[in-house]
Amino acid sequence: MDLSLLLHDTLAIGPISLITLVGLVVLTIEALHNKTENINCWISLVGLAAALVLSLVQLPTTGTAFSDMIATGGYASFFSAVFAAAGLLTVMLSKSYIKKQSIEHGEYYAILLFAIVGMMLMAAATDLVTLFLGLELMSLSFYILAGFVRRRNESNEAALKYFLLGAFATGFLLYGIALLYGSAGTTHIPSIVGKAGMLASSTMFLIGCGLLLIGFAFKIAAVPFHMWVPDVYEGSPTTVSGFMSTGGKAAAFAAVLVVFAPALVRGVEPVRDVLAVIAALSMIVGNVIAIAQTSIKRMLAYSSIAHAGYILVGVIAANSYGAQGVLFYLVAYTMMNVGAFGILSYLESEDGKNVSFDDYRGLSASRPTLALLMGIFMFSLTGIPPFAGFFGKYYVFAGAVQAGYTWLAILGVLMSVISAYYYLRLVVLMYFSEREQDAPVIAVPTSGLGMAALVLSAIALLGFGIYPSVVLNFISHFF
Amino acid sequence: MPFQLISIAVFLPLVGFLINGLLGSRIKSEKAIGVIGSATVGISFVIACAMFFDMLGSPPEERSHIIEIFKWIAAGSLNVSFAYQIDQLSILMMLIVTGVGFLIHVYSIGYMHGDPGFWRFFAYLNLFIFAMLNLIMADNFLLLFLGWEGVGLCSYLLIGFWYDRKFDKGTTGDAAKKAFIVNRIGDFGFLIGMFLIFEMFGTLTFKDVFTQASTLSVGNTTIMWMTLALFLGATGKSAQIPLFVWLPDAMAGPTPVSALIHAATMVTAGIYMVARCAVLFALAPTTLMVVAIVGATTALFAASIGLVQNDIKKVLAYSTISQLGYMFLALGVGAFAAGLFHVMTHAFFKALLFLGSGAVIHAMHDEQDIQKMGGLKSHLPITYKTFLVGTLAIAGIPPLAGFFSKDEILWKAFSGGYWPLWVMGLIGAGLTAFYMFRLLSLTFEGKPRWDQHHLHPHEAPKTMAVPLIVLAGLSVVGGFVGIPHSLGGGNAIEQWLDPVFEVANRKMFLTPHAVVPLEYVLMIASVLVALAGIWLARTWYLKKTEVPEQLASRNRGVYNLFLNKYKVDELYDAIIVNPILKTSEMFLWKVFDVKIIDGIVNGIPRLIGMFSGVARKIQTGVTQNYALAFVLGVVLILGFLITK
Repeated sequence: MDLSLLLHDTLAIGPISLITLVGLVVLTIEALHNKTENINCWISLVGLAAALVLSLVQLPTTGTAFSDMIATGGYASFFSAVFAAAGLLTVMLSKSYIKKQSIEHGEYYAILLFAIVGMMLMAAATDLVTLFLGLELMSLSFYILAGFVRRRNESNEAALKYFLLGAFATGFLLYGIALLYGSAGTTHIPSIVGKAGMLASSTMFLIGCGLLLIGFAFKIAAVPFHMWVPDVYEGSPTTVSGFMSTGGKAAAFAAVLVVFAPALVRGVEPVRDVLAVIAALSMIVGNVIAIAQTSIKRMLAYSSIAHAGYILVGVIAANSYGAQGVLFYLVAYTMMNVGAFGILSYLESEDGKNVSFDDYRGLSASRPTLALLMGIFMFSLTGIPPFAGFFGKYYVFAGAVQAGYTWLAILGVLMSVISAYYYLRLVVLMYFSEREQDAPVIAVPTSGLGMAALVLSAIALLGFGIYPSVVLNFISHFF
Repeated sequence: MPFQLISIAVFLPLVGFLINGLLGSRIKSEKAIGVIGSATVGISFVIACAMFFDMLGSPPEERSHIIEIFKWIAAGSLNVSFAYQIDQLSILMMLIVTGVGFLIHVYSIGYMHGDPGFWRFFAYLNLFIFAMLNLIMADNFLLLFLGWEGVGLCSYLLIGFWYDRKFDKGTTGDAAKKAFIVNRIGDFGFLIGMFLIFEMFGTLTFKDVFTQASTLSVGNTTIMWMTLALFLGATGKSAQIPLFVWLPDAMAGPTPVSALIHAATMVTAGIYMVARCAVLFALAPTTLMVVAIVGATTALFAASIGLVQNDIKKVLAYSTISQLGYMFLALGVGAFAAGLFHVMTHAFFKALLFLGSGAVIHAMHDEQDIQKMGGLKSHLPITYKTFLVGTLAIAGIPPLAGFFSKDEILWKAFSGGYWPLWVMGLIGAGLTAFYMFRLLSLTFEGKPRWDQHHLHPHEAPKTMAVPLIVLAGLSVVGGFVGIPHSLGGGNAIEQWLDPVFEVANRKMFLTPHAVVPLEYVLMIASVLVALAGIWLARTWYLKKTEVPEQLASRNRGVYNLFLNKYKVDELYDAIIVNPILKTSEMFLWKVFDVKIIDGIVNGIPRLIGMFSGVARKIQTGVTQNYALAFVLGVVLILGFLITK
């Protein structure tokens, strides 16, 4: 490979190169200086903002780089933008949070950035090897981030559980890749998808698909591979949970939609059946167990399982409506979940308390702005117009109906109704319930940066909800 | 390109709403709030004028423009844009709404001075203008509906603006609710109409719907139901029989609101909508007949109630209902341009009359009963003179604005062969002249019937007086754009609107008529009737003041019928409202809701909750168990795939 080609390809995957570079810079500064948290935070912010702009600039021109191992532009750029945006919001929210939790180390930002690089690689992969590389980079970063509050047992527990089960799942994923290579004779994903119709009768191919699916299902937190989610989300630093549940999930879905592309799902009926059962179970289990939670953090963990189910419905639909719905849903879900976890991180106390439903009683009186924002995120998570969450659900369900999966759409709507119970319960507690007399008042240090992130998310939810074509115009030609 | 400015013109009032609504409570200066509120509408008016002159300068076939702002909804076969249609009809409405709206904004600076909700008032007014502009500029039914609902909301907010004040038997809040609920009934009709349109034509864009409709033949049954449903919507918004009952109660709001929303602009939305759908209505002669009869009946009916009311604003409210009736009469007989002409002139003189009444109420410290007024002429000279102009205009005295537009409607009704409707209109015109001069005489002339020691009425401040004078001027000259051929004019407004209604007119075989002597006879007849009404009112209420009393006691039954508004409210209460309330309470609430719905609603969650409690126990926290569940999933999935 000659040098000019290397340079060309490095530029073609601009956001990935850029974030890698920024991550290395942050790490170097951290190693050389004391008290580097502030500067590292700002460097990360600038880097992510630049990556976001760069992704949007590169979006119209599609191509491949590094011998057709990585896709550039289009789909890959769209997801780069989503990850950069999610990272940007998370960093904005993190600054005051990690200070409060006394975990203000510069590596935090570096590892977060490497996680983003992994995500971008996953979305851009055109080869199973690249895909695996990205997935592991992201996962390893998350294992560390989950255990970032070293002094707290829950955080260590979260990291260890996530690592053990994650390693377990990775094994299945690798086996799947091996079997797919064995049956299709290539690791080039578009080629595999192209041959899917021919290979549909091959048991080896089916098992390969199944194993790969299991690996992905673990990452997107779908039933029955979801058990790690509540414990990990609860134990991890809240901002990290928020990022895992949005960026991590979006990255996994980006990969799912590349491998289990509409053509493959339509061509291989048994895989579609498995997907449908997983989606249905995720929607049911996630929503039903979420009802019984007393901690908002755990509630959001189960809600994240339920949302994995809704989004899978779009994958199963395997038509342009469903696929576009998945993308739109991920954008909306990123905004509302980063926001919800952001507010949790805002109000969380130093010792990780203050995240239960009861702590939010009467919040509208003491913190009206935060209560309003939380209300917006909850309404959007429920899927109530005019917020973007509604259109996400609408498009995936519409796709399912079009594809003949009406029962999945009906189940999804019914489960959304159940979800209204626990989402809106929070709104009721915030607005129609008095704070208990002896309850300690939460002293919240205000952070302009964090507040800006919350307001930005809320505005985006409202904007994309009223005017969904902003997003749809980008993605309409992908499928 | 002035037409691209439409988005600025429409969205500026929204900006004003956002500024005043979000920051208004922090802006301490009333002047700043008032200027922001008025200027945003004023600039819209200037832009509307620029577009209008641009259109004047271009040939008729190049006067229609569609400006798309953005794609709004794309779902299956439903494609709707946020797009505005600028043509002869919408620009006319836009000029009225922004022009009259601007004057009323300025007036409100004086009228609402010192009110603690000053900023809230201007925020609502601006939001109203925004919604109204969407209603009239929309290029499709859905955007029109957005504006339609928006003005309904603003109307609700503004009627109940002083939500804790007493009004009639309840509070202004009750009046606001009444307006909203009655309008919802109409909205339901509009929705049904819209669904039928989408069902039949597969689109909601005006241009596409009307193009397709123009190929249909007259007498289509679906079109009939469609137009009847749309007309139900119009009766709600434009206060016609049977849904007129909310408008008199809407007078609970501040007077500028009555002037802007419940007289000059919003209530004409129904007229506008029917005119916009002229092609559809032209295909349904039955509906047109219904429109004409409802219009004429309302005109006469509301005028008769206006004869005996003593609340200055109530008289004007019934007069508004009555005048709206004339407009529907015009639409019903196919004289769409004449209807719109009356919309315009009515906007001028009715806004003037309402604002004048506001000045009176202001001067009399919130007294609205004309029995307790009188002799205000010398105290409020400007108000009196402008009010007189408005009264002459509405009474149909030439050459003021109302004469030309009303006469055009009556002539079109007669020449179209609907002579019974013409008779009703003529009688209504006489009644109008009578009750308006009764109002004028009781308020401004004769001896004062108020406490002269404690009350010292003052003329309105400049911000209130200037709009009155401007509107008075418009009430004088506004009719000149529609001088008929018979009086040597060119009926410019009819020619201007002609391209919009061309297809509709063709469907109805309406062709321009030649001037006939009969037209002069009818014209003279209507002026004589109006003069008779004026003469009678002045005699009875200034000279022989005992006559009305005697008449009332001799015809107690009729008098009470008028005074109690034909007991329509009571009738609706008895046959609709109370039965619904009773059924709601006895059956829907106590049986269906408590027993059945609550049973289900509480039962299912209890069931799910139980299941949820059990299910969460699976989550043991032990990693080995998690791995076990994982493996179980793997076995099931692979087992399924292998056996396939």
